[in-house]
Amino acid sequence: MKTLEFLIQRLAKAAFVVLGVVILNFLLIQLAPGDPAAVLAGEAGAGDEQFIAQLRAQFGLDQPLYVQLLSYLQNVLSGDLGYSYRNQVPVADLIMERLPATLLLTGSAFLFSLVLGIVLGVLAAYKRGSLGDSLIMTGALIFYATPLFWVALMAVLVFSIHLDWLPPFDMESIGAGYTGWARVMDIAHHLVLPTVTLGLFFTAVYTRLTRASMLEVMNLDFVKTARAKGVPKGRIIRRHVLRNAILPVFTFASVQAGQLVGGAVLTETVFAWPGIGRLMFDALMQRDYPVLLGVFLVTAAVVVLVNLVADLLYRFVDPRIETAG
Amino acid sequence: MSFLRRYAQNVGALIGLAILVVVVLVALAAPVLYPVSPWQGVGEPLLGPFEDPAYPLGTDLLGRDIAAGIAYGARVSLLIGIISTAVAVVIGVALGALAGFYGGRVDDMLMRFTEFFQTIPAFAMAVVLVAIFSPNITSITLAIAVVSWPPVARLVRGEFLSLRSREFVQAAVVVGQTGPRIMATQILPNAISPIIVTASLMVATAILTESSLSFLGLGDRNMMSWGFMIGAARTMLREAWWLSVFPGVAILVTVLAINLIGEGLNDAMNPHLRGRKG
Amino acid sequence: MKPTTPLLKVDNLSIELPAGFDRKYAVENLSYTLEAGEILCVVGESGSGKSMTANAIMGLLPSYLKPSSGRILLNGRDLLVMSEQELARERGRTVSMIFQEPLSALNPLMTVGEQIAEVMLVHGEGDARSRDERVLELLDYVGLPDPASLRHSYPFRLSGGQRQRVMIAMALALEPAMLIADEPTTALDVTTQAQILELIRRIQRAKGMGVLFITHDFGVVADIADKVVVMEKGLIVEQGTADDVLNRPQHPYTRRLIAAVPHPDESATRAEAAGEPLLEVRNLQKTYRSGGGLFTRPRIVKAVDDVSFTLRRGETLGVVGESGSGKSTLGRCILKLTDVDGGEIRYRGKDLVPLSQAAFRPMRRHLQMVFQDPFASLNPRHTIGRILTDGPVANGVPMDEAQKKARDLLALVGLDPSAYDRYPHEFSGGQRQRVGIARALALDPELLVADESVSALDVSVQAQVLDLMQDLQKKLDIAVIFITHDLRVAAEVCDKIAVMYRGAIVEAGPPAEVFNAPRHAYTQKLIAAIPGRHWNPRAAVA
Repeated sequence: MKTLEFLIQRLAKAAFVVLGVVILNFLLIQLAPGDPAAVLAGEAGAGDEQFIAQLRAQFGLDQPLYVQLLSYLQNVLSGDLGYSYRNQVPVADLIMERLPATLLLTGSAFLFSLVLGIVLGVLAAYKRGSLGDSLIMTGALIFYATPLFWVALMAVLVFSIHLDWLPPFDMESIGAGYTGWARVMDIAHHLVLPTVTLGLFFTAVYTRLTRASMLEVMNLDFVKTARAKGVPKGRIIRRHVLRNAILPVFTFASVQAGQLVGGAVLTETVFAWPGIGRLMFDALMQRDYPVLLGVFLVTAAVVVLVNLVADLLYRFVDPRIETAG
Repeated sequence: MSFLRRYAQNVGALIGLAILVVVVLVALAAPVLYPVSPWQGVGEPLLGPFEDPAYPLGTDLLGRDIAAGIAYGARVSLLIGIISTAVAVVIGVALGALAGFYGGRVDDMLMRFTEFFQTIPAFAMAVVLVAIFSPNITSITLAIAVVSWPPVARLVRGEFLSLRSREFVQAAVVVGQTGPRIMATQILPNAISPIIVTASLMVATAILTESSLSFLGLGDRNMMSWGFMIGAARTMLREAWWLSVFPGVAILVTVLAINLIGEGLNDAMNPHLRGRKG
Repeated sequence: MKPTTPLLKVDNLSIELPAGFDRKYAVENLSYTLEAGEILCVVGESGSGKSMTANAIMGLLPSYLKPSSGRILLNGRDLLVMSEQELARERGRTVSMIFQEPLSALNPLMTVGEQIAEVMLVHGEGDARSRDERVLELLDYVGLPDPASLRHSYPFRLSGGQRQRVMIAMALALEPAMLIADEPTTALDVTTQAQILELIRRIQRAKGMGVLFITHDFGVVADIADKVVVMEKGLIVEQGTADDVLNRPQHPYTRRLIAAVPHPDESATRAEAAGEPLLEVRNLQKTYRSGGGLFTRPRIVKAVDDVSFTLRRGETLGVVGESGSGKSTLGRCILKLTDVDGGEIRYRGKDLVPLSQAAFRPMRRHLQMVFQDPFASLNPRHTIGRILTDGPVANGVPMDEAQKKARDLLALVGLDPSAYDRYPHEFSGGQRQRVGIARALALDPELLVADESVSALDVSVQAQVLDLMQDLQKKLDIAVIFITHDLRVAAEVCDKIAVMYRGAIVEAGPPAEVFNAPRHAYTQKLIAAIPGRHWNPRAAVA
């Protein structure tokens, strides 16, 4: 019963956010300099009188504002994210086609950074004050300050141009016609650089967070109790500190999911990764506003979904959560 | 006094401060050092670094001086970083203070609003905002501010909420001080150090966001910026690596310096060993 | 059996403090012994270093503190020269420890059963099944209900007393020869404290353990100690049998501490206050709602349930109760720091309940409050002068007048005039509490609510602050509502006592009557639980 209530509550919250983004998009269209119809058409479609007229009719652009909002909501919530005149396809189709590539990239970057970040953070905390700790924390400090897109370019410069180890562009070898396992390996090969470059910034974030959290937990009273029980240091770290320290890292990581998707716009642009980040960049170049707004809405929806799943998982990990709230 | 001494004990924080001072000086002195506009070609195109002592960091395809670009870029980075942070802090403190102090329904509403802005992907939103309102220094600054205030609001709310129930604040209520007065004179001064630390770290993040936006071509067309330089040089990575390496180093060093300062401030303002006995 | 090696022998132990502290040693030249089957109480005020040896025995000293000389012999073996591994083997097996705050001392993410079994696991004791059985046995032994399901609970589900019982079960798992208890009942209510003390004594007798019991409370000492060590500023000032130290204290410091132990003065009779009632509380109601959602009903707690009383000028009403009894909420209701759900609060005949905050604000100066925590109740960023003038200025008193008044008040509460320009962190707890009293008096109130105003203070300071408050009350003829968990303190300073239990006043009357002939079952339980009630500290130092 409690879990069901929690689920309903979180679903409502998720729906609230998605609805909010739709309304935000509507406001942006209205507030943008110039004719809303021209915004909806994008630069390419703005010259086509007939298309503009059709958009006016579809979105009721000569009606009062609240009617416009309602019809916009109706359109978007029925899955119609608009039409890309430039690409001559519905925006929703365009995005759906590109979404899997982005999910693959962000998902692998998320895992990479979370696992590496926690491992490094735990090591640094365990060997606090040692040379290893200093090295890890200096590295984290540097990658925390490095722009994502620049790391990506530098990685291409070193690993693709100079060393020729890894491919600099695309998701798979075009025209190679790999199938089955060979194709998987090919994609994995292409995935390495984008994943690492997108993940390094977040690795730095999680490393710092994990270390701080570990050190904080190590100072708590129950760790003293464990020592008083005669529990050896290694076991104290594993059984008592780690679990308590990692929970806040998980919470933070799920909140950060949105940042990761934002970072994907940059990474995909550098690596010509055929995802929605790259789509967003192209839409920017072509002033294809429907695509831009559509991508924004979909990224928000993905993030909301990730947060929802994280919240649910968290309930199973932390026994205290039932009584809270 | 003791604050300055504690800050000075932190080597990293001193290095950060030194670097930042240099960056600020370069930004201020840019028009003197490089009287010619950084957009203007001055030398031979595509000079490598140190090939011509007049252009130690080389030139780009149009013969523009990379060093001049970096000097002028520092102005944009610092300006946008500081102003957008200031705007975000004002919004965040105002909303967070109201939510934390009054609690109840006000808190609920303001926090739903904050959560909304915190959930949606910040960078994607900044891109959309700047694109729709056409890229210029105002839209960029405001877009960065709009995506960066939520953490401040949450922080301030938390501080206000916990200070609100502290006995010295209750005492102020009991002696008859009014709500706004209590917020301004009793609570805010006690919440200011985490706000300062967060703000300093936000400047760093804002500089990163600004450079990312201009890398994507969403920079102000009239102002040279580091991100723009890297974005423009992207296609020439193989032929002219220095075009993207040096501006990137400039971003890295500046952001690193500001982060070091932020951490130094944090350590100096919240000494862990501060006992309860004075 | 030779009567040679004692269970624990602390021999000339000194622990050096790093530079920058107000003294060179945390503890200096400590020597005492603990025999098997004996309870040794180490008693002292905060900063006396009384917990230091306990932590040194367990190897739990913070890294910046190192024993500089001396030995700690456990069964004749020096713990200070043992390696970390050797020590780890002794901890939990030969000597166990329980702490002050049982909630934070338990891992929030492990069930209590797992935490108890872990002691046996890390010492290689038994197999999974025998450990499980032992856990059930231990939980039952320390008096916890339904061990079979309780062992699967997480600590946050247990009450404070239950958590401390879990800690004790954990400490007993391997039947150690020695138990260290570091203020184990300080965070607990007095009735729970009595049960835990009883439990410790029972176990100690049954197992023949040696117990090193650290406390600040002479009442607790009187209840359980066989031997007593009194510490002041890192030094042992007096030690001996409980009877000698409690009833024939020699050292002036011990005598001072014992004289300060609150004890109801049974001979004193108080004049009945007469005149118009200043404050009349009628049928006051306050409920807290928490949780609740779409399908679940909110939890409703009646924090104040139909409370009525009358207070006159110059009168002190003691409101006594344990945590959760609603005594603090009552104080907050009267000062309108929280909303009220029903009833009347008549101040000079005017009902305060319907007033808005803005309408009540001009009346606030008549009703003032002294808070509990001397460290949290003063704004750390304001000078004492500012703290004392803020109130009068907010009520329209001109600045120069407020300043003059503030300086007068400093003298009145016994502080140096130089305090005016200094900041709170420069003062001790007792001095800060004086500032808190001065702040309340700055507005010339007619009613003072003192919420646990002396509970956070050491006993000798507590006595001074109580004296000051009584003195000022007589001088200024104000009414006081004295909220406290400590029945002894209330009985000492109040004209009337109201005992609160679950939001309601279950018994009220003059202190002597409540103390000597309690009518309500809860009051009887409360009085029976007072530590050291068979010992008369007044007689000891007479």
